[in-house]
Amino acid sequence: MHTFGTTMRRLTAGAAIALIMAAAAPAYAATPADTLVQAWAIDDIISMDPGEAFEISTAEITANTYSLLVRLDLSDTSKVKGDLAESWTVSDDGLTFTFKLKPGMTFASGNPITAEDVAWSIERVIKMDKSPAFILTQFGLSGDNVTEKAKAVDATTFTLTVDKPYAPSFVLNCLTATVGSIVDKKLVMEHVAPVEKTAENKYDNDFGNAWLKTNFAGSGPFKLREWRANEVVVLERNDTYFGEKPKLARVIYRHLKESSGQRLALENGDIDIARNLEPNDLESTAGKDGIVQTSAPKGTVFYFSLNQKNPNLAKPEVIEAFKYLVDYDAIGSTLIKGVGEVHQTFLPKGVLGELDEKPFKFDVAKAKELLAKAGLPDGFTVTMDVRSNQPTTGIAESIQQTAAQAGIKIDIIPGDGKQTITKFRARTHDIYIGVWGQDYFDPNSNAETFTINYDNSDEGKNKTLAWRNAWDVPDLTEQTKAALLEKDPTKRADIYKGLQKAVLDRGPFVVIYQQTEVAGVRKDVQNFKLGPSFDTTFLGGVTKE
Amino acid sequence: MTLPETSQMVAGRSKGARARGRAAVVARFLVVIVTTYLGLLAVTFFIGRVIPIDPVLAVLGDRAPAHVVERVREEMGLNLPLYQQFFRYLGDALQGNFGTSVLTTNPVMTDIRRVLPATVELATLGTLIGSLIGVPLGVLAAVKRGSLIDQAVRIIGLIGYSVPIFWLALLSLLLFYAQLRWVAFPGRIDVVYEYTFTPKTGLFLLDSLWQRQWDVFRDVFRHIILPASLLGYVSLAYISRMTRNFMLNELSQEYIVAARAKGLSETRIIWFHALRNAAVPLVTVIALSYASLLEGSVLTETVFAWPGIGLYITNSLQNADMNAVLGGTIVIGSIFIAINILSDILYRTLDPRTRAR
Repeated sequence: MHTFGTTMRRLTAGAAIALIMAAAAPAYAATPADTLVQAWAIDDIISMDPGEAFEISTAEITANTYSLLVRLDLSDTSKVKGDLAESWTVSDDGLTFTFKLKPGMTFASGNPITAEDVAWSIERVIKMDKSPAFILTQFGLSGDNVTEKAKAVDATTFTLTVDKPYAPSFVLNCLTATVGSIVDKKLVMEHVAPVEKTAENKYDNDFGNAWLKTNFAGSGPFKLREWRANEVVVLERNDTYFGEKPKLARVIYRHLKESSGQRLALENGDIDIARNLEPNDLESTAGKDGIVQTSAPKGTVFYFSLNQKNPNLAKPEVIEAFKYLVDYDAIGSTLIKGVGEVHQTFLPKGVLGELDEKPFKFDVAKAKELLAKAGLPDGFTVTMDVRSNQPTTGIAESIQQTAAQAGIKIDIIPGDGKQTITKFRARTHDIYIGVWGQDYFDPNSNAETFTINYDNSDEGKNKTLAWRNAWDVPDLTEQTKAALLEKDPTKRADIYKGLQKAVLDRGPFVVIYQQTEVAGVRKDVQNFKLGPSFDTTFLGGVTKE
Repeated sequence: MTLPETSQMVAGRSKGARARGRAAVVARFLVVIVTTYLGLLAVTFFIGRVIPIDPVLAVLGDRAPAHVVERVREEMGLNLPLYQQFFRYLGDALQGNFGTSVLTTNPVMTDIRRVLPATVELATLGTLIGSLIGVPLGVLAAVKRGSLIDQAVRIIGLIGYSVPIFWLALLSLLLFYAQLRWVAFPGRIDVVYEYTFTPKTGLFLLDSLWQRQWDVFRDVFRHIILPASLLGYVSLAYISRMTRNFMLNELSQEYIVAARAKGLSETRIIWFHALRNAAVPLVTVIALSYASLLEGSVLTETVFAWPGIGLYITNSLQNADMNAVLGGTIVIGSIFIAINILSDILYRTLDPRTRAR
């Protein structure tokens, strides 16, 4: 007969044995030699169709799986180089761009790449009219004229006709955006789904959009094998790639949002690269055996903006005072250490026309003087909509504290990203704090949003940052439009420098820093380089020892 | 002959009355289920529509031109009055069409079929761990009431209740994954097995066992054991405390005194008599704990990159992907209802008095 104590002892012993068995063999901790495993927050992906995808993660994935006519030249980012295109010319009137394709190239499917594929790729982007289509429609392309304006002259010659004699650098820079990716027409046409014509939709098919959201029809160094939302993206080497073949057989992006989780996985060797390390995790991996860090400035600027509908915020002195109420040095040395660099102009470094000027520093006395001049010697109360993430919250709190020293009481309204943007787009905020990333690698991308406001009424269709902050600037709007037609790159750069000076002087935008992308990389990974934009991080040359 | 006939008639009548009674119970039950579902749908739908997020942003992002935003708003039916949007959704849902998730571009039910097994596997193992350890601990604490063991069990329970699971999860990752390397990297399965293993049911442990892929089984076990143990610990805290209470109640009953007087062994008294009776309410406790793990393990799923339904619904909610949120809510609601029915049936099986009533 067993006593109660004996029974319990047996149970405990059983549990202990089970635990020891579970822990017996060491955990597997090395990624396969021919596979690059990256941890990255990839929950922003909503489509893999290059005519629709417009997110950070998809920029890199599309850049590695699809080819473009031209690509950004990474040795000099003010220039482009041929990808599918061998050469190109611009007509004397500046309206027609003629591209000659390299011979003998094929898609991953084995289908030949022809000018017909190029023309159809542009046509489907314009006719589908998804989010990134505006990058091409700004050249006067529409569903009605695209077949005329973007056409194949013969198998290897493609012409693009634009509506105005734009600066060639502007047109070519826009073609380096992922929306200019060339898709395999024959393959996509096999998967085109019929759709009903409606008032909003003039076409009887979806141009293969439903299929291409999760499938692949490109010719880049890698091909897309699988995307499972919020889980994983798997790329495989494209053995038919016309350029230098990738060394790796496979690239896996694992969705892992937590910075600390990424750090642990990197240290244990379960991943090769961690892409979302926050400052504290960066610091703790720095100098660790087997791990190196690599970084690159990105085309994203962090700013806060003052809604000009608020009478206090509309006063020029108040706008200027805010620029003196940010402790740039403290933010730079703590909150954004390693992930950003203090920057005060709206064009990021590396872009044509960049202006590396930092006229403002933290100066409470100067700010108080300006507030007194504005008739607000005792300050005022204002709200700030803040997305609940880092470093946004930390920076907002820093500004809250420094502004209080001049008597400005900032009430922080925390919110989810989409919540704060909804309010921002409705122009119901006082102060909005956030980031703006370039849509394509050309100064017009940021210049347009910071300085163009066609219609300052609430019904205004073009919701640029200037419009969202009710900043009515007809003079700057005209200058920005004129810059697009300036063919001389030096003169064009000068116009953008002038625009940046104007925003520094009187714009309701306080730019604080330019984002630096940092990755923790295991030492056995070679040749991994982050690009100046998210669509220029190329993995073809990466190897593992 | 008349007597038996009368008796049969009486029996028939009582049978008929019982059948009618049962039918009434089933009917009442169905009404409750339908009302619950309608309420669930309506509350989730209207909360989803009044949150200050523009659902078009989830589809298009922040950079889409105005005309594209307007076109998509119309396509999504967001320009219709709220009640019309609701009836439109209800009509589709009744036909089994829960719409498409804007985040994953898949039909919502396809997504749920993919993410639900991950959560079911995790919650089941968690509940198993919680019950297998929690019940004996509760029994032990009750039997040794006031002793050091009782205090220890109480403290274990207190920590399980009060320490945030997010913190526990990070700490355990640091210890068991980063330092000791006993368990595997967050996620369900290692990349090396990702493309050699084809799950059939989505329950990786069962699938790998069924396919006799022992390496895969070991790998899956290494991935699941830590998050499951954590969830197990949380449910253990609740289960052990409730077991202790139920057992204390049973051990003070007269039949225990009678059993001791008859000379039965203490083991037999505790495990076969007291626990048997305490098991009746315990079933409800374990069932409710299981249900809460099924829908409430979002934080654990986040830390361990576990692609389950909690994470799916949370991600969808943050992105105003309301089709996914509504579909997920219906599934979670159904699971709750099913678990309640199941625990009701078990309750009746274990306790003959409820059957008599």
